[in-house]
Amino acid sequence: MARMKFLCDAERCIECNGCVTACKNENEVPWGVNRRRVVTINDGVIGAEKSISVACMHCSDAPCMAVCPVDCFYRTDDGVVLHDKDLCIGCGYCFYACPFGAPQFPQAGAFGLRGKMDKCTFCAGGPEADKSEAEFKKYGRNRLAEGKLPACAEMCSTKALLGGDGDVIADIYRERVLRRGKGSEVWGWGTAYGPGKPGAQPPAGAKS
Amino acid sequence: MKRAALGAAALAAFFIAGCGESEQVVVYKQGQYQGKKDGLPWDNIPLAAEQRGGNWTKGDRGSWEEQIKNRQLAQHEHKRIYQ
Repeated sequence: MARMKFLCDAERCIECNGCVTACKNENEVPWGVNRRRVVTINDGVIGAEKSISVACMHCSDAPCMAVCPVDCFYRTDDGVVLHDKDLCIGCGYCFYACPFGAPQFPQAGAFGLRGKMDKCTFCAGGPEADKSEAEFKKYGRNRLAEGKLPACAEMCSTKALLGGDGDVIADIYRERVLRRGKGSEVWGWGTAYGPGKPGAQPPAGAKS
Repeated sequence: MKRAALGAAALAAFFIAGCGESEQVVVYKQGQYQGKKDGLPWDNIPLAAEQRGGNWTKGDRGSWEEQIKNRQLAQHEHKRIYQ
């Protein structure tokens, strides 16, 4: 069974914001809502600047699901965390619980009134008929039902952002790290090199 | 005298109630999804070839996963370049 995940290679991300634009365009995300964004640290410091593209990480043990007072979240068979906007009351608990700041709230009216939560759907739509007008309006495009991956990952010019089954993209990332000999610092040894055999030693020449 | 005794008893009951050890820790209960049922991605007909929707059999999860896996591997430039 697939577990859909995102993985951003900080050694490759050039902060072009192509993923952000692709997401906005593909899902016609309203003004003020950013399902995906690029975070940069050490901006302008030569050699130390790192960028990473962040959205909902579709956690295996999602805190947003745990705190939702109306239980509007669910996880699909592919491990994608989605929610039902017909149930959401826009309370914002999920925003406080999420370590990635993924839940977004559109300005729904005057006096700072908050709308229903909106977040990355892994381009998997939501609980409406697949590829229907209602699904597109509420949740955006359902690319998984079209046999495609999220637009952000497929549009990434440097292929820094990988999307798909956690095992497959971890394999891709692991091979990259082994080839270039660095870059596992951000995500850790386990993600870069997989579980391997218990007590296995890292290959010679690889850093971190 | 009787009224004073009753008052004292009520006061004592009031203060003793404050010493109760009722459970004050909220027990977390995992909620269940309450919303509408979502469709399955493999229960859709693939898009036409010109829309690059790939190829799988409607309702067959295995063939859909194979299609998605091919898309995933297309993200790996080593697979594309060094073959």
